[in-house]
Amino acid sequence: MTRHEKLSMAQALNRALRDAMTDDPSVVVFGEDVGPLGGVFRVTDGLTAEFGEDRCFDTPLAESGIVGVAVGMAMNGMRPVVEMQFDAFAYPAFEQIVSHVAKMRNRTRGQVALPMVIRIPYAGGIGGVEHHCDSSEAYYAHTPGLHVVTPSTATDAYGLLREAIASPDPVVFLEPKKLYWSKEEVELGPQPPAIGRAVVRREGTDATLIAYGPSVPVALEAAEVADREGRSLQVVDLRSIVPFDDETVCAAVRSTGRAVVVAEAAGFASVSSEIVARVTERCFHSLAAPIRRVTGFDIPYPPPKYEHLHLPGVDRVLDAVDDLQWEDS
Amino acid sequence: MTGDADHLLPSDTPVTLIDAHGHPVADAGRALPDDAALRRALASLITARRLNDQAYALVRQGRLAVYPSSHGQEACQIAAAQVLDEGDWLFPTYRDTVAAVERGVDPVEALTLLKGDWHCGWDPYEHRVAPHATPLATQLPHAVGVAHAARLRGEPTVVMALCGDGGTSEGDFHEALNFAAVLRAPVVFLIQNNEYAISVPLARQTAAPSLAHKGVGYGIPGERVDGNDVAALLSVLGEAVARARAGGGPQLVEAHTYRMQAHTNADDATRYRASADVEAWVGRDPITRLSVYLQIDESDFRARAERVAEHLRDGLNRDVEPDPARLFAHVYDRPTTQLQEQAARLADELSREVASR
Repeated sequence: MTRHEKLSMAQALNRALRDAMTDDPSVVVFGEDVGPLGGVFRVTDGLTAEFGEDRCFDTPLAESGIVGVAVGMAMNGMRPVVEMQFDAFAYPAFEQIVSHVAKMRNRTRGQVALPMVIRIPYAGGIGGVEHHCDSSEAYYAHTPGLHVVTPSTATDAYGLLREAIASPDPVVFLEPKKLYWSKEEVELGPQPPAIGRAVVRREGTDATLIAYGPSVPVALEAAEVADREGRSLQVVDLRSIVPFDDETVCAAVRSTGRAVVVAEAAGFASVSSEIVARVTERCFHSLAAPIRRVTGFDIPYPPPKYEHLHLPGVDRVLDAVDDLQWEDS
Repeated sequence: MTGDADHLLPSDTPVTLIDAHGHPVADAGRALPDDAALRRALASLITARRLNDQAYALVRQGRLAVYPSSHGQEACQIAAAQVLDEGDWLFPTYRDTVAAVERGVDPVEALTLLKGDWHCGWDPYEHRVAPHATPLATQLPHAVGVAHAARLRGEPTVVMALCGDGGTSEGDFHEALNFAAVLRAPVVFLIQNNEYAISVPLARQTAAPSLAHKGVGYGIPGERVDGNDVAALLSVLGEAVARARAGGGPQLVEAHTYRMQAHTNADDATRYRASADVEAWVGRDPITRLSVYLQIDESDFRARAERVAEHLRDGLNRDVEPDPARLFAHVYDRPTTQLQEQAARLADELSREVASR
């Protein structure tokens, strides 16, 4: 049964974990500070109290160990959901993720599946100091065997996390930190599948903005401003980077003939490059202009007092839209 | 925190029950395993040696890409498998093919990786043997996870996690031992210290008094054992497994042994160690000393070893035609649209190649 409640994204994720743990005793949650503290972003708030220390527990401070132990637990009948405290703190686990999480099913010809979720708060916009604001999606998206998803709404956060936990494949679940506290009316309960399915967030006829995670609200705001200026922008929210929904994205771009990709990560060799390449390969004859990208610069994530210069903002998105070779300009 | 760590420290010298000459050690402080257990061990040691040497020969014949032999380390391989119950798990490294076979894995399937037919040739659930781990020590946290999951469900599973001396320098070795200790996971970590990590000797790997001493830093009891004495290995590992099964938590065991051959056939050991050093270990061979001790007719054991070697030769001499569809079949539970497209493109490419021949 679907219930509605006004929740922040962090609360929606918490509800997803609680509901999954209630429904399935094999779901276990662990990581750094996820126990009595409830996680530094409170996503695991109350889980240890409700389900006990066997179901939600603090571990030693070692990310490779956390993911490696999750691999073993997933091999042996559990559905672990582990938290990497921040994007850049997940890097010690990179070898486990790339060499084992992503490959176990393939190595064993499908005999060993790893139903596990690696939750990673990611991206910037919260004034975080260095090592707390990386957009690390390309590393995971480049690795065959992983699903990589990122919600932009609290409702999707709930639905995607439930789906990720139920998935027979490992999922890297990227949570945009700056959206943790945005509240909205959330549908709790069964939702249509979202992994592998992009969604059109706003209809429009002149150009398509393609975004994911933290960049979706930026794209929506840009579309709002453009609308006041007489230009109708469509907004596509990927939700799922892997699997990538070519069908929805290409149908959207064909309908407008122009596109801008918006993403926080550095643009070079990125998910945004992949989107441009894929759409160009498939929609070349529908395009009235080359696809533009508005991304972070190719620099290490800057200090808090510089991040406004680095992050794709509404003005930069609208400038890119203006550059799409309009016939009247 | 306790100030008294003495109970975590290993013996001053490795536990030995049957010495290099085949004589039982007086005042060893432990009982010898019974004769039936030792006969069973000898039979397996003889098969294990035969498999090592057969696999080595199959590389020269071009049937295997490469083989990291455990020649000389067979006592560790056999004991690690024999102390386990059916419901237990074994986590082998790439040098532990023989241990996997002793646990029931078909030798042909155990060598699928090195034959090149696929990465893991066996079903890990069939005999509860994890796939060979190649990236060093990365399998150790998995072993802890398997053990912890079993403990949460109240199952009596114990996990035997293998690694080498080089692997103890990896971060995952540290993380796995620390997690196991904190979670009180039923894992026995067995380090086969064969003195070399490819070309690098132990002295360049660690400054610790012994590798077993590393346990004290995690609150895990460490023990040292003569890695060429299968009787001592069965006793020490058997005790560690029983302790873990009874809820006593993890244990670290260092077996002192020696890699008698090069790292793999592709390696040239003469570049970094003297043949005299290798010769010194010939006299400590694990099979010779048990044979001398038991003084029994081994002809049945040798006949069985020959049958297993023949099975291996037959299996590896059989060419398996690669199935292109397999490339895409198990990346995900169900292939993504993109993988379906790529599989179709490859199939089309191959059909056109056939047509143009």
